[in-house]
Amino acid sequence: MIQSMQLQGYLPILPEIVLAVGAMLMLMVGVGVHQSERSAMIVNGFCIAVLALATAVVVWLPAGRTELFGGSFVVDEYARFLKLLALAGSGGALMLSLDWLTSEHQQKFEYGVLFLLSTLGMLLLISANDLIALYLGLEMMSLPLYVVAASNRDNVRSTEAGLKYFVLGALSSGMLLYGASLIYGFTGTVNFAGIAKASGQGANIGLIFGLVFMFVGFCFKISAVPFHMWTPDVYEGAPTPVTAFFAAAPKVAGVAIFVRATTVAFPGITHEWQQIVVFVSIASMALGAFAAIGQRNIKRLMAYSSIGHMGFALVGLASGTAEGVQGVLVYMAIYVAMTLGVFAAILSMRRDGKFVETIGDLAGLARTHPTMAFFLAMLLFSLAGIPPLAGFFAKFYVFLAAIKAGLYMLAVIGVLSSVVGAFYYLTIVKIMYFDEPVEGFQPMPGLLRLVLGISGLINILFFAYPAPLVGAATVAAKSLF
Amino acid sequence: MNINWPVLSVVTFLPLFGALLVMLLARGNGPLAKGTARWVAMWTTLVTFAISLVMVWRFDTASPEFQFVEKHPWLGIASYHMGVDGISLPFVILTTALMPICILASWTVIQKRVKEYMIAFLVLETLMIGTFSALDLVLFYLFFEGGLIPMFLIIGVWGGPRRVYASFKFFLYTLLGSVLMLLAIMAMYWDAGTTDIPALLQHGFPLGLQKWAWLAFFASFAVKLPMWPVHTWLPDAHVEAPTAGSVVLAAILLKMGGYGFLRFSLPMFPSASHDFAPLIFTLSVVAIIYTSLVALMQEDVKKLIAYSSVAHMGFVTMGIFALTPQGVAGGIFQMISHGIVSGALFLCVGVVYDRMHTREIAFYGGLVNRMPLFAAVFMVFTLANVGLPGTSGFVGEFLSLIGTFKVNNAVATIATLGVILSAAYALWLYRKMIFGTLKPALAGIKDIGLREILIFTPLVALTILFGVAPKPVLDMSAASVAQLLDNYKHAIAAAPTPEKVVTSGAVTKMERAEMIPVSAAR
Repeated sequence: MIQSMQLQGYLPILPEIVLAVGAMLMLMVGVGVHQSERSAMIVNGFCIAVLALATAVVVWLPAGRTELFGGSFVVDEYARFLKLLALAGSGGALMLSLDWLTSEHQQKFEYGVLFLLSTLGMLLLISANDLIALYLGLEMMSLPLYVVAASNRDNVRSTEAGLKYFVLGALSSGMLLYGASLIYGFTGTVNFAGIAKASGQGANIGLIFGLVFMFVGFCFKISAVPFHMWTPDVYEGAPTPVTAFFAAAPKVAGVAIFVRATTVAFPGITHEWQQIVVFVSIASMALGAFAAIGQRNIKRLMAYSSIGHMGFALVGLASGTAEGVQGVLVYMAIYVAMTLGVFAAILSMRRDGKFVETIGDLAGLARTHPTMAFFLAMLLFSLAGIPPLAGFFAKFYVFLAAIKAGLYMLAVIGVLSSVVGAFYYLTIVKIMYFDEPVEGFQPMPGLLRLVLGISGLINILFFAYPAPLVGAATVAAKSLF
Repeated sequence: MNINWPVLSVVTFLPLFGALLVMLLARGNGPLAKGTARWVAMWTTLVTFAISLVMVWRFDTASPEFQFVEKHPWLGIASYHMGVDGISLPFVILTTALMPICILASWTVIQKRVKEYMIAFLVLETLMIGTFSALDLVLFYLFFEGGLIPMFLIIGVWGGPRRVYASFKFFLYTLLGSVLMLLAIMAMYWDAGTTDIPALLQHGFPLGLQKWAWLAFFASFAVKLPMWPVHTWLPDAHVEAPTAGSVVLAAILLKMGGYGFLRFSLPMFPSASHDFAPLIFTLSVVAIIYTSLVALMQEDVKKLIAYSSVAHMGFVTMGIFALTPQGVAGGIFQMISHGIVSGALFLCVGVVYDRMHTREIAFYGGLVNRMPLFAAVFMVFTLANVGLPGTSGFVGEFLSLIGTFKVNNAVATIATLGVILSAAYALWLYRKMIFGTLKPALAGIKDIGLREILIFTPLVALTILFGVAPKPVLDMSAASVAQLLDNYKHAIAAAPTPEKVVTSGAVTKMERAEMIPVSAAR
């Protein structure tokens, strides 16, 4: 009886338990069964099922705020919203992977297991409520990412991407850890609420130093300027489905902890961190917009695009209000949907059994593959933030919050860089619609069609019924304040 | 208004439904699919027009209120709020009336990707009607900006040789202006707590916000209208767009800018409008004189008409910001008239372009010998463009000049010179193309056929009808214009004097309450 009561107490962490047990199980099954591409594919398929199960558990768990393990693990509406998003991002990326793995003869069961472990890290990170849980979650998430980046072992670029990501990631983790130790030293606690209490007494130079070092780590994880240098190389070098994974789920988790740590642990020194976030946000938006113009490789282009999008998401955080956090949440949800759709299209760029990656290869797509071209064009307009597509609402909410907070300069620079950004999205649309067609691609695999279709429809039809997402984001944002 | 079905939503979204039908019914690339796409688009636009006439019939011209109002919760902060008044209804009708003509004008010319073409036009129609009938700022912005996507594709896919440059310029120019407006919309939301247009019309904004928001809205509408010096995208877009695209651009999309001034800038920021009126006057006069002179120098027919559009829009802004009953009424009438006349002029260019595939003025000459009917039609529109009494062009120009004369003699006088210049370039164009000896290359050119007669008949009829009997249009908007000016006068009278503004950065609650126009609390 007492035991079951205790077990009941661990219920909020059930999604993480499902993922951990699922990953172990898949690992054992993968090792145990006959080694073949087919069985590896089945294991990877089951990994999607594990993610789906974890998603179902998150939905099923009762609402409300619970803390576990002496307050280092928290489940609230905010965590629930972002966990669903991270799971959707991972699941979507894994779905995008299956076909690629088969056609490139890369089908390995470790692939799916690594996805599960990384996702587990993301969920822990999203729920982290003290510095130790934060660091554990971050490393749990990152280590499998380094491995999957290099998963195409015989490919020089993939190995290079993995190594580069690992070295820079380790450096930033070290910075973050250093910052965390400074904060602990100056406040005497690792708990976010405790830090908030200590920092409420006013800014102190050690605390601010620690904060800055932690921001370095966060900015690296979400690839915000000036810690973005790894992004284009890793995006380009890593296998394309892995890039899709990098672009979606870890960004969600990174933004989640960035927002939670700053708003929960440092509300007392908002003015101090606001300046940093404003700078990072402006720099990311501007660099994302200008640097993407010259790119010809679509994966590199998406890397700069994602840098820019992180800048826009941070506009919401910069305002430091519940409206701002709501904006960030809406932004991330729509960003994940758009990104997965675009990568589904990129993964379908296959000619004579070979994947092609330059934007010139999309020439005349509107005539060779009209449906795919239509959805991709709508996604690109959405990324550019043109109404009535979903991407417009994403930008709308973050800028709404920025205007309320009086950050006019940030808002003006932000919308202007969105106009510059529109240029390169339009360039791709131009190539697809205005240019003469080149040889068509191979037919799109069913799973990619599904992902592109769902993501495209979400983007096009979002305006008709925005209430569920916006409502959920409002509730989630309120749970932080 | 005891109509118990949402007529305005039906008119707005029927074209979108038609686009879906085209998508589903027209399969493949064969002639059958092309025919299906054309006929579905034709019937959709015709039915939309017919239903929009129901609104004209049931519209109460005596009331300045918004009519056919629909309101449903939508975004939380914004709602789906639609309705028309005397200012917006003429534009809605103009849109629905011109769309079947556009479809008909593209009937044989467009042979590649017909299905996508029709879908783009139908989606564009929904967005245009929505822009004129949205009663919520966010909803308005959605429709206003959404129109960029289909228009970008129309210019880029079916346009001329420099279509890529033109489509990018069009898109980015317009977007740049509009994003600033979006920020102003947000600032207005935080000040007033709502994005509902009828509620905002009764809200007095503090002076500082009025100025910035006015400038932000100006950035968007001045580009859209377009006003000198941000008009440079227009000639490019016009020249490269297919004929029907030019028609929509000149006749309807440009009017969104003028409509925006009337719906937002004037009533919501009256003090700022009052302060910035000299700026508008200056830009309008420069536009009228300068672009008329530029038009005189053009070698391309479409470019000439494009520049003349900019000049005519100068009369519109001048009339609107004169803020006299005649000026505003003249501005609205000029926009409607210009919608018909410039649309028709572009269709005329399309007629000769379809036959000879060049728009160079020097290429043509003596067309009257081979195309007498066309010469007559072209003459009507040329004279309307000049503003000859008896054509619709005269009424608008005359009213806006009178309205401005009451406020500012100098501006009105210089603008009147523009009328002479417009006669110069329009008649010069007509003489070059129609009269003189027939160029040998044109020996085989055929006069307009049945389809083209069908296109031009309603336009000729409306141009002359509105020229001799402008009352229906003027009456439709009279009540709304009167209320607009009434509110404006009260707001200006109640506005704090400049000294007070300087001393108090934030206008106090009481002062703001005073700024709310008395008659607005109806």
